[in-house]
Amino acid sequence: MGLFTKFKAGLAKTHSKLAHEIKRIVSRSPKLTGESLEELEHALIAADLGMAVTQQIVAAVKLAYESQGTTGHDVFAIARAEVERNLSSNKPDLLKAPSGPTVVSIVGVNGTGKTTTSAKLAHYLQSQKKTVLLAACDTFRAAAIEQLKLWGARLKVEVIASEYGSDAASVAHDAVTAAQARKADYLFIDTAGRLHTKHNLMQELQKLHRVIGKQLPGAPHEVLLVLDGSTGMNALNQAREFHKAVPLTGLIVTKLDGTSKGGMVVAIQKELGLPIKFIGLGEQPDDLQPFDAKQFAQALFEA
Amino acid sequence: MFDSLSGKLQNAFRNLRGLGKISESNVADALRDVRMALLEADVNFKVARDFIERVRIKSIGAEVIQSVQPGQQIVKIIADELTDLLGSQNAGLDFSGSPTCILMVGLHGSGKTTSSGKLARLIQKQGRQPLLVAADVYRPAAMDQLETLGKQLEIPVFVKRGETDVQKIAREALDFAKANNRNTIIFDTAGRLQIDEPLVQELVRLRDLVKPQEILLVLDAATGQEAVNVATHFDQALNITGSILTKLDGDARGGAALSMKAVTGKPIKFAGTGEKLDEFEPFHPERMASRILGMGDVVSLVEKAAEAVDMEDVKRMEEKMRKGEFTLEDFLDQLRQMKKLGPLENVMKMLPGGAEALKSVDMNKQEREFKHMEAMICGMTPKERKTPQILNAKRRIRVAKGSGVTVTEINTMLNKFGQMQQMMKKMGKFQKMMGRMGGGMPGMFGR
Repeated sequence: MGLFTKFKAGLAKTHSKLAHEIKRIVSRSPKLTGESLEELEHALIAADLGMAVTQQIVAAVKLAYESQGTTGHDVFAIARAEVERNLSSNKPDLLKAPSGPTVVSIVGVNGTGKTTTSAKLAHYLQSQKKTVLLAACDTFRAAAIEQLKLWGARLKVEVIASEYGSDAASVAHDAVTAAQARKADYLFIDTAGRLHTKHNLMQELQKLHRVIGKQLPGAPHEVLLVLDGSTGMNALNQAREFHKAVPLTGLIVTKLDGTSKGGMVVAIQKELGLPIKFIGLGEQPDDLQPFDAKQFAQALFEA
Repeated sequence: MFDSLSGKLQNAFRNLRGLGKISESNVADALRDVRMALLEADVNFKVARDFIERVRIKSIGAEVIQSVQPGQQIVKIIADELTDLLGSQNAGLDFSGSPTCILMVGLHGSGKTTSSGKLARLIQKQGRQPLLVAADVYRPAAMDQLETLGKQLEIPVFVKRGETDVQKIAREALDFAKANNRNTIIFDTAGRLQIDEPLVQELVRLRDLVKPQEILLVLDAATGQEAVNVATHFDQALNITGSILTKLDGDARGGAALSMKAVTGKPIKFAGTGEKLDEFEPFHPERMASRILGMGDVVSLVEKAAEAVDMEDVKRMEEKMRKGEFTLEDFLDQLRQMKKLGPLENVMKMLPGGAEALKSVDMNKQEREFKHMEAMICGMTPKERKTPQILNAKRRIRVAKGSGVTVTEINTMLNKFGQMQQMMKKMGKFQKMMGRMGGGMPGMFGR
């Protein structure tokens, strides 16, 4: 399956629902009344675009109608342009350290899919002929280490791990040392899930980053926040708080295959300006795709 | 955005409370803000619309208009209506089966496995003999996770590694339960999308086989508008009996709870409130209502305080305060206990209107000040702490040097402490007086 088709297949639900809603609104009432604006607003809210973006799009549609008249105006084009504008600064590529291994720290709240995403990322870079290492730094959750090890065995990637209850920072330290010794291109650090409201856990994450920064100056080169695609407005809080604690370099949005959502990314990018690097579209290793703003906006609004 | 909207709602309520006269238009204005707040809390937009409509009709009813404070009345209607919607007549579990079977279902990463463990612990404490069954045959190491939880809880776990047929696992688990006298079986199923038909059908077959008394949908409190689809699909396919709301220890407003309750009508039975296995409790609708409305969560704050603070200490401290024997040593204890509650900022947020108040105060500065106070007291000898009067200029200079502050700061701190002591003495006397009059202080946290 080509990248674009996969993208579209994953987002098909989102877009068909949205497109249907908008079409219905437009065809039924070509004139933009307060009522139909409210309906447009509802359709956008239903896609979890968030109040700010929703209002921005509604305002843009309103403005376009007022300035250009009601005839033959394409609501899709306006909406798409707005989303695209919000996502325009997006650069999806993973950074590469100038020398030595590139350390990528995978962070997020519980149950968003950090471990699966770490494995998928390893697979993604492996397919580009890069050497990859995984570090199992979730020493808290039951069987998190086994989960990553099983992925490692499946993908034939070495997993650096320690005991449960051991200091995650020390595992990360060992992993960085190992990555340097083996001259690996990338090291993915799978951290434990933590709610962004838990002060002590956020401090623990800061410590982990401090430790690997000492071991390898410049590391972690990427700090990627994994967000669950079905999350609502709280995703914004998550991004905000994690960004405050450990400056993020990008986002990964998972579980976008089955839900009709995807809108949160727009709101987050609008507020924090963080690039969306990848999106997760399923449970298989290759169900991770680099994010493409244009395609995303298109797939979201295309009829 | 969250704070500003929560603030907007506070404003709406303030305006409503101030209203002497109710008209359809001023109610509509206020309700628009309420609707915004609901949407911002991830309540599904259809659910929010219906809710607002119901409140509107009730608000312009004769009863409200004729009441003394109509605005106040409407605020009450909103809170009551929300609590009613979230509340449930039947929040307990049905244990009528022999054995009783409980099916845990939900999306990926919603917290099914952890909740299974927590639920098993809870019902074991109620005197039942639970058995955990690892029925997640897809996710790597899911079975290990449940097994580890079982070990931690000392609850048996039925695991059949390598088996991919859920039905087979279930049949053998039922036999195992019979042979080992376990009367409650909790099936931890794999996470699945509600639209993944083959996987949903697998659940349907499992249900038909084990005929569970309870089918609980595990839902992440941070779920967005999607909650309605998830709840509807799972309910239609399986006819769930209730739900468990997880990750409530985060700051998600939890509008998903309202959405789920509104579309299925099934009660929310439990709430997961932390990573530890005992952080699991029956669901409290009234707390959830104030959370969704952003009205602060005083109850949770009190509970948190109770957790961090030793009740014996509190009694001892109270006694001391009343007698005016409160020393710097006790002050130090209090500072440290406060620290256990977490950063001041978070504590403030739990108070009604706290998020608003935070904007004007720099909590970090406050916190630094507390830290300095702690250092200053730590720099004193035990004798000095008990009788600060002996702190002469020489001693003050020593303490200042030792704790890295200026003498002026020491003076300020001691002055503040002196004032506090005075206040406490007065309070103590006042309370005694009230006690004699048979009154006593009204509960501080009554709402």
